[in-house]
Amino acid sequence: MPGAESVFRREFAVKGGDFAKAGAAACEIKELLKDLGIDTATVRRAAIVAYEAEMNVIMYAWDARMDLAVSPSEVRLTIDDHGPGIPDVELALTEGYSTATAEMRELGFGAGMGLPNIKRNADDFAIDSEVGRGTRLDIVIRKNGHVRP
Amino acid sequence: MIALKDVLALLDGELLTPATAPEAAFRKVFASDLMSDVLTSAEPGSLLLTGLANGHVVCTCSVADLAAVVFVQGKRPAPGVVEEARARGIPLMATKMTMFAACARIAGRVEDGGHARR
Repeated sequence: MPGAESVFRREFAVKGGDFAKAGAAACEIKELLKDLGIDTATVRRAAIVAYEAEMNVIMYAWDARMDLAVSPSEVRLTIDDHGPGIPDVELALTEGYSTATAEMRELGFGAGMGLPNIKRNADDFAIDSEVGRGTRLDIVIRKNGHVRP
Repeated sequence: MIALKDVLALLDGELLTPATAPEAAFRKVFASDLMSDVLTSAEPGSLLLTGLANGHVVCTCSVADLAAVVFVQGKRPAPGVVEEARARGIPLMATKMTMFAACARIAGRVEDGGHARR
């Protein structure tokens, strides 16, 4: 949940299957963070997390709310989707594991790197998924943090 | 470093975003058709060589701070994609060369802009 110290918040709606608008929220988030004067490396990590999460919603879920909360020390992204959920979260976090269709792969996605890459770019990463209900991601990116190797 | 004009000359390429500065230069190159790999492994500021020519390429480059794109093997993005790239300040080029041939031509002039996965 966004903390009380947050000074900037914005909410985005993402619709499942809407490939034409894929990346719109992530690109807007990137511009907002740049306008807030946040350093390039932190902006890049947040934008990558937002884009991967947005693509996951578009490819697999029905709809989602993406919340951005920026405080002096960190960027928080919460992505709460309505969707089929993930039966085996551990497996979904394995690099290369994917349930993507051929159509998704033709678009350059679905290589099984989305969730692992979100985790790599996050300082704090929490995932809660319920089959038949949806998935929630809580991500914190600290301004002095780093991408994991 | 390799200048955009030298990339065009080596790849017999065409600049799809004419307003781009020909002196723009790149220190590293990343080659992939998978945007997932670009988001995971490409270093910021790299030139991207790809056979994928949809709007996700421009969006991915914008998100991951890649500097420019070469579409290989005669692939050409739709006018809307070129417009999007122009708006985001990302130069686009096209070459008829295969990915392998294009990489071979510029290898040695630039560093690998990716990092291998463990």
